[in-house]
Amino acid sequence: MTKHTIPSHFDDAKQAYEASKLGVWLFLVTEILLFGGLFVIYIMNRGLYPEMFHEASLHLNKVMGAMNTVVLICSSFTMAMAVSRAKHNDSQRALKLLLITFICGLIFMTIKYMEYSHKIHEGLLPGIHFSFDEISHPKAPLFFSLYFMMTGLHGLHVLVGMGLIFWVMVRTRRGDFDESYHTPVEMTGIYWHLVDLIWIYLFPLLYLIG
Amino acid sequence: MSHANYLEEGGFWSWFTTRDHKRIGVMYLLTNLIFLAIGGIFAILIRVELFSPGPLFSADVYNKFFTFHGAIMIFMFIIPVIPAALGNFFLPILIGAKDVAFPRLNLASYYIFVGGALLAALALVTGGVDTGWTFYTPYSIRTQTSVILVTLGVFVMGFSSILTGLNFMVTVHKLRAPGMTFHRMPLFVWAIYATAIIQVLATPVIGITTLLLVMERVLGIGFFDPQLGGDPILFQHFFWFYSHPAVYIMILPAMGIISEVITVFSRKHIFGYKAIAYSSLAIAFISFLVWGHHMFVSGESQWANFLFSLLTMLVAIPTAIKIFNWTATMYKGSIHLQTPMLYALSFIFLFTIGGLTGLFLAALSVDVHLHDTYFVVAHFHYVMMGGTVMGFLAGLHYWWPKMFGRMYPEILGKISWFFIFVGFNVTFLPQFYLGKLGMPRRYHEYAQNFTFLNQVSTVGSWLINVGFLLMFAYLIYSLFKGKKAENNPWGAKTLEWQLPSPPTMHNFDETPQVIEGPYQYGVLKS
Amino acid sequence: MLPQASTLAKNFDILFNNIFWFSLISFALVIGAMIYFAIRYHRTRRDPFKTPYITGHHLMEISVSVGLLIVVMVIFVWGWVDYKKLLKAPSDSLEIQVLAKQWFWEFQYPEGRKLTNELVVPLNQPVKLIMTSSDVIHSFFVPNFRVKQDVVPGQYTTLWFTATQLGEHSILCAEFCGTGHSKMLGMVKVVNAEEFQQWKKTTPSIPAVSKNPQEWGKELFSQKMCNTCHAITTQKLVGPGLFGIFGKEVELEGGKKVARDENYIRESLMQPQAKVVKGFPPAMPTFQGTLTDEEVNALIVYIKNLK
Repeated sequence: MTKHTIPSHFDDAKQAYEASKLGVWLFLVTEILLFGGLFVIYIMNRGLYPEMFHEASLHLNKVMGAMNTVVLICSSFTMAMAVSRAKHNDSQRALKLLLITFICGLIFMTIKYMEYSHKIHEGLLPGIHFSFDEISHPKAPLFFSLYFMMTGLHGLHVLVGMGLIFWVMVRTRRGDFDESYHTPVEMTGIYWHLVDLIWIYLFPLLYLIG
Repeated sequence: MSHANYLEEGGFWSWFTTRDHKRIGVMYLLTNLIFLAIGGIFAILIRVELFSPGPLFSADVYNKFFTFHGAIMIFMFIIPVIPAALGNFFLPILIGAKDVAFPRLNLASYYIFVGGALLAALALVTGGVDTGWTFYTPYSIRTQTSVILVTLGVFVMGFSSILTGLNFMVTVHKLRAPGMTFHRMPLFVWAIYATAIIQVLATPVIGITTLLLVMERVLGIGFFDPQLGGDPILFQHFFWFYSHPAVYIMILPAMGIISEVITVFSRKHIFGYKAIAYSSLAIAFISFLVWGHHMFVSGESQWANFLFSLLTMLVAIPTAIKIFNWTATMYKGSIHLQTPMLYALSFIFLFTIGGLTGLFLAALSVDVHLHDTYFVVAHFHYVMMGGTVMGFLAGLHYWWPKMFGRMYPEILGKISWFFIFVGFNVTFLPQFYLGKLGMPRRYHEYAQNFTFLNQVSTVGSWLINVGFLLMFAYLIYSLFKGKKAENNPWGAKTLEWQLPSPPTMHNFDETPQVIEGPYQYGVLKS
Repeated sequence: MLPQASTLAKNFDILFNNIFWFSLISFALVIGAMIYFAIRYHRTRRDPFKTPYITGHHLMEISVSVGLLIVVMVIFVWGWVDYKKLLKAPSDSLEIQVLAKQWFWEFQYPEGRKLTNELVVPLNQPVKLIMTSSDVIHSFFVPNFRVKQDVVPGQYTTLWFTATQLGEHSILCAEFCGTGHSKMLGMVKVVNAEEFQQWKKTTPSIPAVSKNPQEWGKELFSQKMCNTCHAITTQKLVGPGLFGIFGKEVELEGGKKVARDENYIRESLMQPQAKVVKGFPPAMPTFQGTLTDEEVNALIVYIKNLK
């Protein structure tokens, strides 16, 4: 049986679960609004300088971007499986799936790191640090500001997500979850799907213009 | 079965790890009052400088004064004080819950708030910041002062505000006691709920805005910098997309308090419960659509101005309904002019002025002249201080006996109210006229012909100061020596007054069963 | 009282006063009722346990809302109508360039004459200011004229007035711009037409910028090789001919329409690819860094007068 006790201010487990779920969904709304600001800047600048966006996006590495997309989609799948396993009292497999998800996150960040170091090397940097000669458009630095802000903020979210996955892995191992209580796994799952979803928007918006 | 009250249980150190919403509320209250005092000192310094047309402090020092006054009062006092302090304490009790939905998160948001506030306050010792609380670009990108610290502080405090709002929304949705339907909730709960929606939906935008501003300074990303091809006006859109709704984060909870206090001290059912409840939601909704009225002369397109002016006019209606209904609630009541009621009536008095002067500013052609003058300064002080602060003081006195189990001294309360109310009008009424005469805001020196009105205003600020000092003194006194409070000194009907003063750690020994609305005063006509 | 020193000032005062009286009456009604109730139904006169049970009155709430809605809509429309007048400068306006800097105002007349913090204008003559800033946002404010407009770096904003009172009227900066914000003061000197002509003759243009912007613009037009791609007739070369284009709308690549005003020309010089006219290749190089603000202004004046 579970070691979990329902916090005393809740009447029952269902109420506690529903409260957590509503809380996480509201939190996701705030996340979307946070990224929303950047999307607004993106839309505005792309509307103003469409050909610059096209030209600048050619200098992003589509292959790496696509690989990362695949990695994240896979990780979303394993995450969903992990939640389902946790629900069915199968901690063993839940733990394995969580580990795969975590490793996917790691791969994502590694590829991101390779992309970043390449950009930094070439001088494809945001704003005043931009020093790349092959793009003539004077506003091109703005594109790379957007690129770094959007993928950077997203990368930060991946790291936070990995931290959360690590935390639920530890708790799963300890045997905290069973069919009656697995809220943290499920909430981490929802969060991870959002991180994935944001990337699914970022990838075509930044890499596949044209 | 009797428990120790929430103030006494556990030792001093147990406060720092508490998850009790009442204790967290009290900690917020204390923190916010400290910042009120600091922000107040800057207000006095501003008025001292403006006592004479020439300089007393240097321009740079003065610019830091008004920046700190604005930033501290807004981000560290007015925004959190009612929701996070009084709301934390009373929201769960008012809906018959034992705590907020996520007590640990609640404590975390308190510490995040303190962290953010300290980060921003650190700028005080690193040379200050001189952008004004609005951080307009490109000035905020160019100035040599500690913009990064303060904007990061605002970012962090915003995070706290989001978590508080989220917590309250979930609490209202999931933790109401049996029988506590939405239409039986006290209007303060409605107001906090509407506020929480804005906190959750608007604050992330200031988060990304401040983050981008920090990045402008650190990395030179250029979104807001015309020299790098960016658009400085875009910053204003982003800033006001949060900061206009934030005005309603500040005022809505105060309106909630007024609904409580007016009914209790008139012993009448609230006039038009649903209209007041839903007008809070209406205001929250419209608040997201009017940010552009801060930018009528920024070069915004005329059709944007058309729309923003039109929508801004619409805010008048839900607001006026509330004022009308509060006044109507007093009709044929039995009106008890205790300190909370005096503050509530002052709220109506001052907020009506604040609201009506908003009409001048919403009218496009009139705003062109009044924009960025002292008329605007007076207008938002009538709304923010005349509104929110009066509402807060009404709530503070009204709930003081419940929070601390002691009565404040009534006579001193009234004397202090008199100083604050009169002082407020002496300070800010002349500023409307100064603005109409064309004195721009944020002026360190001004033309000779504005001298007299500025001196009146400065004297008013001293009167307010006397009122607040007196209040701080008697509140501290009452904590130790005040008369013991009964459980229900005002004869109110909401749930908190059925608890002992101060309440026990778990609020309700048994979950209350709610069978009627919160304002069942008066006798039915046969 | 503030003098009404422009044709627009009166409009402001009338609307301001109307809102003021409406506000005062509403305020008196609300606060009058409140104070009356507080006295009439004070607890010393009323038993707290015998108050009537009243929960509201929909008709009253609705009529207050509708009544107020009508009033605010009147105010809105009135404000909008007056505001439209503030936007549209008469076509015979005297055009003056304004450059705001931390912390002074620079005024440049069509003949190239440049004044700092002093703007001399003739009485009863519409004057249009075309303004930009070289550093941070400022705001041009003349209380006696009831006009104000933010002055934004990297963009042009405009403002117009017709002065109706001789004498001096202060110019203030209304948008916080740093240390010297409250000292960024100027003066509009309104003189009558003859004096203005006299002043133009006697005040020598400063030699360094003595060039008439129109002539200077013409020089630049060939110096910077603009004429390789742009004819000063309506003929199409690589780029569009510039004769008579100023102020007219044109269709861009992608179908959007844009008015070719000061902002457009400036943008086309700095970021030529941003808004390319339909049917032309995006071939133009940028002049960012090669042209100074004054040179851009001169070119604008020159293009404006190709008609």
